Amino acid sequence: MERPLTQHIPDSGATLHIREYEAVGGYTALKKVLREMEPAQVTTLVKDSKLKGRGGAGFDTGMKWSFVPMNMPGPKYLIANADEMEPGTFKDRWLLEGNPHQLLEGMIIAAYAIQATDAFVFLRWAYKDAAREMRRAIADAYTAGYLGKNILGSSFSLEMQLHTGVGRYMCGEETALLNSLEGKRATPRAKPPFPQVSGLFGKPTIVNNVETLSWISHIVNKGEAWFKSLSYTADGGTKIYGVSGRVNKPGAWELPMGITMRELLEEHAGGMRNGYRFRGALPGGASTDFLTEVHLDVKMDFAGVTAAGSRLGTGTMVVLDDHTCPVGFVHNLEHFFAQESCGFCTPCREGLPWAEKILWSLENGTGVPADLDLLEMHTQMLGPGNTFCALAPGAMEPLQSALKYFREDFEQHIKEKKCPYAHHQH
Amino acid sequence: MLTAIEIEKITHELQQVPVKKAACIEALKIVQQQRRWISDESVEDIAAMLEMSTAEVDSVATFYNLIFRQPVGRHIILLCDSISCYVMGFTALRQQLQNLLHINYGQTTTDERFTLLPNACLGTCDHAPALMIDEDLYRDVKAEDLEKILEKYS
Repeated sequence: MERPLTQHIPDSGATLHIREYEAVGGYTALKKVLREMEPAQVTTLVKDSKLKGRGGAGFDTGMKWSFVPMNMPGPKYLIANADEMEPGTFKDRWLLEGNPHQLLEGMIIAAYAIQATDAFVFLRWAYKDAAREMRRAIADAYTAGYLGKNILGSSFSLEMQLHTGVGRYMCGEETALLNSLEGKRATPRAKPPFPQVSGLFGKPTIVNNVETLSWISHIVNKGEAWFKSLSYTADGGTKIYGVSGRVNKPGAWELPMGITMRELLEEHAGGMRNGYRFRGALPGGASTDFLTEVHLDVKMDFAGVTAAGSRLGTGTMVVLDDHTCPVGFVHNLEHFFAQESCGFCTPCREGLPWAEKILWSLENGTGVPADLDLLEMHTQMLGPGNTFCALAPGAMEPLQSALKYFREDFEQHIKEKKCPYAHHQH
Repeated sequence: MLTAIEIEKITHELQQVPVKKAACIEALKIVQQQRRWISDESVEDIAAMLEMSTAEVDSVATFYNLIFRQPVGRHIILLCDSISCYVMGFTALRQQLQNLLHINYGQTTTDERFTLLPNACLGTCDHAPALMIDEDLYRDVKAEDLEKILEKYS
């Protein structure tokens, strides 16, 4: 089983530095691209591979690049979204700390494809080790001639900067990230125009996730057929999956796209801890719908998880066990989303704290039956199409599915006027 | 008044961006690094240097979780309160921190040693519960470990 993205990352947790990266074939794809390929050919190759974005939304990467108007004069930008702040998600940290040059090489090639002049790594504040390694990797890439003017003697030039954020979940949203890079509040922008046409400082901009960009050099080296062959399903490649919660071996693993939830949980995460039973899981981070025991054989690819009523999201699963209160679990999530709402649009700013307060009252034993109708109402009113960006609809996914799958728990809180879980947490 | 070091660092940032405003977050970070927090006076100074209104600089300063508009202690404790840490019991850590430091979220110890803040996901969910003190990440933390951990910070 091949694992291209993580195979060279030392098990010790050390970082693969530039000489080690070059020794395992690093930067050969960049050389090939600069010598042999036109920018449009690179975009076509990525398009043919059907690489889908690994940041959560799963949009076709090559398609995104193809929206950039290539004849527009002036600067163009390429941004690696390394903000990774979705609760339950910890996959990009592995790539950033373990193999920063793999990301940089992917970024330089992507920048070449869209003829970008400047590139940014937008890195979240908390990733101190990643920031240190990324700073060093960028400096080493400049010294080696992979960045700067006339890269490797070609006519292509690219400047690269590391930007570390100051903590706000919204910064991971594509257009809010652009506002933040411009020194503003991270509020989302109206689309259209899409960032590919009018992004950072009003110039064409591509924003891709770290895992997505880490693929590019491999696809250039080995081709789209190889990429597709790595997968168990129609969505090509491998995926970095993760599991957290009360399992025996929480962690992250690079596995063929389309592995089942059961394999992930039982073979890789080592099954549930002794004394705990699996009740459900958010398959792709905090903003995805719960899946339950009946879904264990669902294939963890974009179509499979969607068909089961959730989303692959970031592919990092948070497990709910039978000792954890589902209402408390959802309360924690809605607390997060209410706190991290940028406040820019009214349904999100007003609705999320309301939903949070209702869940808090249920946990405190002061809930009433009508609260469940109110929560249902919120899942509609804050659903897709009613808010400016995807934060609130994402926040409603765990809530609506909890109301569906764990309704008896909600009702029990109201009936018993307390949280029925002995060791419940707030 | 901004110090010579702050002015030099902000000037350097201004050279990296096409419009002055774009250096706003970096300028806030620079001043906070020197003074631990952003006072009203600092907001005014940054606004003057970046040719922005104070309200605009303040709107940015108050938006981000890790720009502090109130004085903070010498060490910042960020306790992860997101979902994986919830399942793995961060509340026990919060309780123990409150017992040891006699402060609640958002407060600073009287000796100005620590400020305790909740923090959205630290991105180390496979080693929950987790917390960060300044630049140090602590993972798989148990409540009984906390006293020893805190001793490292004077």
